[in-house]
Amino acid sequence: MTNTTPRPQSPLTPLSRRTILSGALGIAGVAGLAACGSGSSGVPGQAPAVSAGGGATGYSGPKVALQFWNGFTGGDGPFMKRLVDQFNTEHANIAVSMNTMQWADYYAKLPAAVTAGKGPDIGIMHVDSVATNAARNVIQPLDDVATALKLSESDFAPVPWKAGIYNGKRYSIPLDVHPLGFFYNKAVMEQGGLDPEKPPMTADDYMAALETMKGKGIEGHWASPFPFTGGLSIQSLIYQFGGSLFSDDAKQVLWADDAGVKALTWFQDLVTKGYSAGKIAQDADIVALQNGKTAFNWNGIWTINTLKEKSGLQWGVAPLPNIGGTKAAWAGSHQFVLPTMRTPDENKQVAARVFLNWISTKSLEWAKGGQVPARNSVRESAEFKALTDQATLASQIDDLHFPPPVAGIGDAMPEFDKAVNAAVLGGQDPKTVLSDAAGRATKILEANAKKYGA
Amino acid sequence: MAVTTAQPTRPPSGATPAPGGRRSRGATSGIHGSRWTPYLFLSPFLLLFITFVAVPGVLGIWISLHDWDFLLPNKPFVGAQNYADLLDSGSPQFEAFWNGMKATGIFVVISVPFLVVLPLLLAILLNRRFPGRTFFRAVFFAPFVLGVAVVGLMWRYLLDPSFGMVNGLLSALGLPGDTAWTTEQPWAWISLAAVTVWWTIGFNAVIYLAGLADIPAEHYEAAEIDGATPWQKLRYITIPGLRPVLIFVVVTTVLASANMFGQSYLITRGGPGDSTRTAIMEITDLGLSQYRMGQASAMSYVLAVFLALISLVNVWALREKKS
Repeated sequence: MTNTTPRPQSPLTPLSRRTILSGALGIAGVAGLAACGSGSSGVPGQAPAVSAGGGATGYSGPKVALQFWNGFTGGDGPFMKRLVDQFNTEHANIAVSMNTMQWADYYAKLPAAVTAGKGPDIGIMHVDSVATNAARNVIQPLDDVATALKLSESDFAPVPWKAGIYNGKRYSIPLDVHPLGFFYNKAVMEQGGLDPEKPPMTADDYMAALETMKGKGIEGHWASPFPFTGGLSIQSLIYQFGGSLFSDDAKQVLWADDAGVKALTWFQDLVTKGYSAGKIAQDADIVALQNGKTAFNWNGIWTINTLKEKSGLQWGVAPLPNIGGTKAAWAGSHQFVLPTMRTPDENKQVAARVFLNWISTKSLEWAKGGQVPARNSVRESAEFKALTDQATLASQIDDLHFPPPVAGIGDAMPEFDKAVNAAVLGGQDPKTVLSDAAGRATKILEANAKKYGA
Repeated sequence: MAVTTAQPTRPPSGATPAPGGRRSRGATSGIHGSRWTPYLFLSPFLLLFITFVAVPGVLGIWISLHDWDFLLPNKPFVGAQNYADLLDSGSPQFEAFWNGMKATGIFVVISVPFLVVLPLLLAILLNRRFPGRTFFRAVFFAPFVLGVAVVGLMWRYLLDPSFGMVNGLLSALGLPGDTAWTTEQPWAWISLAAVTVWWTIGFNAVIYLAGLADIPAEHYEAAEIDGATPWQKLRYITIPGLRPVLIFVVVTTVLASANMFGQSYLITRGGPGDSTRTAIMEITDLGLSQYRMGQASAMSYVLAVFLALISLVNVWALREKKS
């Protein structure tokens, strides 16, 4: 299997993270429920924050062993493992052991493990899960780390940096961002009568290119009805059309506004105007690009490694074309977190902070796995710029969008995905399905606001 | 506790039995052992039952009366609100829940007839004597040993509308090869039912086979002498003879179909739209990814009550009618 975090890297990857999250959380989560029977009394989060230099002064105590959990099960796992090994070599008194599991299992196990006092010392989280886990006391505030390490917004891309703040406290340190990009099959473009070195970058050029290819019998941009990649594409389009998914306080769902309707209509038109095959299944869009059936696909940066593995495929990657008028793209971000400890061990807490700081400065190695480093010094280094494909997508860094850092924000997204599916597969009216979905999502957000006391 | 099953029988010579026989007052042992013996034998299962069924069952009711997130210190008691919300069209979970119930109902209705009848026909076939019988029994049972993840993933690839092997074979045979097996209705339901039949046909067939073996061969011989047709033998000997087995198969199959989760989760992802999102999918999503365990528990109990009622109706409908 080559599927990787954050999202499927292989087009044949059966389960994308989010869907697996929404469902498979369930399966493993049963363990969590079982654990809560006896463990719910030990609510974590009351532990005093350990500072002791926040990791800036290094660690000189007795030898400690740290557990580091993550979901890098795919091609990016070995890159992280290499970093961990290097850290262990350079730090004689800290031994980090890495435990990799499927993201779905990870998100289900972590709260249960933390409750039982068996959580890891260090973890990774996707940016849209940080607030929820902060609210549920699964992870601890890291303001001391940021202060002690003199990390500030100027060290990081502002978008992923700000995303780690919940209720005025920092809970995570960004490792990377993984934006959506525009992948194209050069052979198909040529066959369709286009210049393969000049992918269309504006709305008019894009439509003209699709029309040209249609003239040659090529459906140029297969429109996926699933979150990966249709949902991500439409989210990007909503931002491009000047809209947003949610209001900043996440009290309102905005995707049914004008921008949302325009975005979904544009995407739906790919099918109705004959630029896409209809009724396609999960991952068929990227498979079609690899098989030479379609020319364009908007997909995550992790697709770089997938396409690289396919020998003989002539492909290129560019930032997303600007369809709506404002440059924008969907992105995810991996962030470091420190899970809450029921019985904090001062030494371990310090050592974990040392690890976190060290690895954040070494994220070039990580970028090779198909990521954009969040840390400016790395992203702007000559070494990173030598990774041309990654660097191309990194140029979007200031145009990326995340959902607002509000607890439970992910709960509303399945409603959006349902609307996308109904419009693209079922041909239903974009305005209607988006409004209905927004109505349901608003109720979920209201219930969340009450639950998390926002 | 002494288990004294090995009490020697006394010689009859002159020994007067105690009034009331051997099992008189206080005598907790005898040829049948201590009266605790059955419970001792039951205890391993009882322990599992209490731990994994009884306690969670009762705890679930308790949870369903709260706004329950196991990680939040505050779990406010809400009384029957979670149940009332399921009847209130203004609540966040109303639409999702009843849509899930509807999808579950549709799947039960379209899958159960095939899951009950096809294995029966298969079992009757496999019950005949022919060379290779054991091999074929194994072949038909084989898919059942696969996990749902394997089955779901494999069929998702096979049924892919654009690149799947099913459409590939169909078009190679000159048939239409562009059916959207997983992304359009009614094909999505047909695919899910067909995959489920393929997957589980062997299980019900094995149960039928066991039942068939219990029908005395003399009944068939007598019927043949009376000149019964094969249909009459099926109608008047096989099916009545299988009645207890049939009740078991119908009840368990309805429950299994009502609990369908993996197939639609993996093959159709609840789509197209949300048409194949079953009740279990909604409950899982609400309870374990949105952490609204109180509401999810309430849904589970409503679903359980529905299923209990349907099971009762099944047993009643298939009962032996006294003429």
